[in-house]
Amino acid sequence: MTANLVLPAVLRPTAMGQTMIATEAATVGEALDRLADEWPQLERRLRDEQGRLRQHVRLYLGDADISDLDGMATKLFDGARLHIIPAVSGGSC
Amino acid sequence: MTDVVLLIGTRKGVVLATRQGHGGWQMDPLQLVMSEVYGVGIDQRRAVPRLFAGATSPHWGPSLFHSDDLGRTWSEPDHAPVAFPEGTKTSLVRIWQIQPGSTAEPDVVYVGAEPHALFRSTDGGLTFGLVEGLFQHPHRTEWAPGGGGACLHTIMPHPTDPRRMLVALSAGGVYRTTDGGSSWEPANRGIQAYWMPEDQRFPEFGQCVHKLGSHPSAPNRLFAQNHFGVYRSDDYAESWVAIESGLPSTFGFSILVHPQEAETAFIFPLRADSDRMPPDRQCRIYRTRDAGAHWEPLGAGLPDSGYHSAVLRDGMCTDGGDPAGIYFGTRNGEVFASGDSGDSWQLVVDHLPDVLSIRAATVG
Repeated sequence: MTANLVLPAVLRPTAMGQTMIATEAATVGEALDRLADEWPQLERRLRDEQGRLRQHVRLYLGDADISDLDGMATKLFDGARLHIIPAVSGGSC
Repeated sequence: MTDVVLLIGTRKGVVLATRQGHGGWQMDPLQLVMSEVYGVGIDQRRAVPRLFAGATSPHWGPSLFHSDDLGRTWSEPDHAPVAFPEGTKTSLVRIWQIQPGSTAEPDVVYVGAEPHALFRSTDGGLTFGLVEGLFQHPHRTEWAPGGGGACLHTIMPHPTDPRRMLVALSAGGVYRTTDGGSSWEPANRGIQAYWMPEDQRFPEFGQCVHKLGSHPSAPNRLFAQNHFGVYRSDDYAESWVAIESGLPSTFGFSILVHPQEAETAFIFPLRADSDRMPPDRQCRIYRTRDAGAHWEPLGAGLPDSGYHSAVLRDGMCTDGGDPAGIYFGTRNGEVFASGDSGDSWQLVVDHLPDVLSIRAATVG
């Protein structure tokens, strides 16, 4: 099945300006693994080298945070949109 | 006339200042915006110096960027240039130090990391591997984080012998290798851990050293600014003695050795860890010209009163020129420069985000 990762503007330069990346994956974790192969510079913005989602990155499937679903095991479906969201908890002043 | 590049890492990005001859400073726009740049480096062993910036985005994590066009553009490899191997179950938090190796190893670059670790590159700083000898050290689990984090913040390759190197960690102390990094021994004899019970103030390791400095012509002579305590070693860290006569406080973060005068060093004292502001609220560099026997305040051109900022551990540097430029950056976002060994100072720039790291080089 084909799901789509929706990128925030700040990450688009790591994927040659794309706003959305189509991926063949059954789960969120699988989608990020595919991303690591195809767009490694983008993937490491989302996960650290041990595969953990970064503290201030949120992934939303539709309007649900995947941490409220099954995390990396959250199942994707054909046409699903997985939004990458920089959490408002991040940042520096 | 020699040009100078000044690479300034701030809490919100990196900025390059350049000066041509005796002209004014030209400031480039801030780059790597909204990244905390705790470590910057300049590798002058290349025809065009390679600039480095260890940048951590609060959202997107850490990376090491480099520039081969003197800061006009920055790039990074697709895969993480600095990362802990899978089996370590450890993740990079930030890069604190970027240090080119000795001239004997022109493609070697070192990175000091948080959590406490040393990385080594043999391709000029594009990819790095973990120095296992230090990471596997039996003391590692007992190294505590300092206030800034569990950082390896100082790397001092020996100028002529690639097998010898010193590193410093907060709060693990000074460690020394003489076999190219395979094994490491603590080198803190004489350095006090003031917070310990009175009869335990000189432990083998665990001191909170903030910065080391040395002169390439005298590599056995070292200077250290500690979390309370300024020290000198004359025997490559075999032992240390306090050098505090004339100082208003022994607390501070940075220490810098003059590039032409091996007995001249600079520090920026802060009143105490409970009052991290300058004594008498005056912006003052303190200088010794006799390896720490005496210190004198330097204030010409610096704010005389009402000053509450600080200089962090990598906030002081030299361009290595002759005559040398000496520079320091503050948490107020100011950078000051001196072309006369600290006798007088000029403001290079102000209103930057707080300065975390700074390096300079002469070019051309």
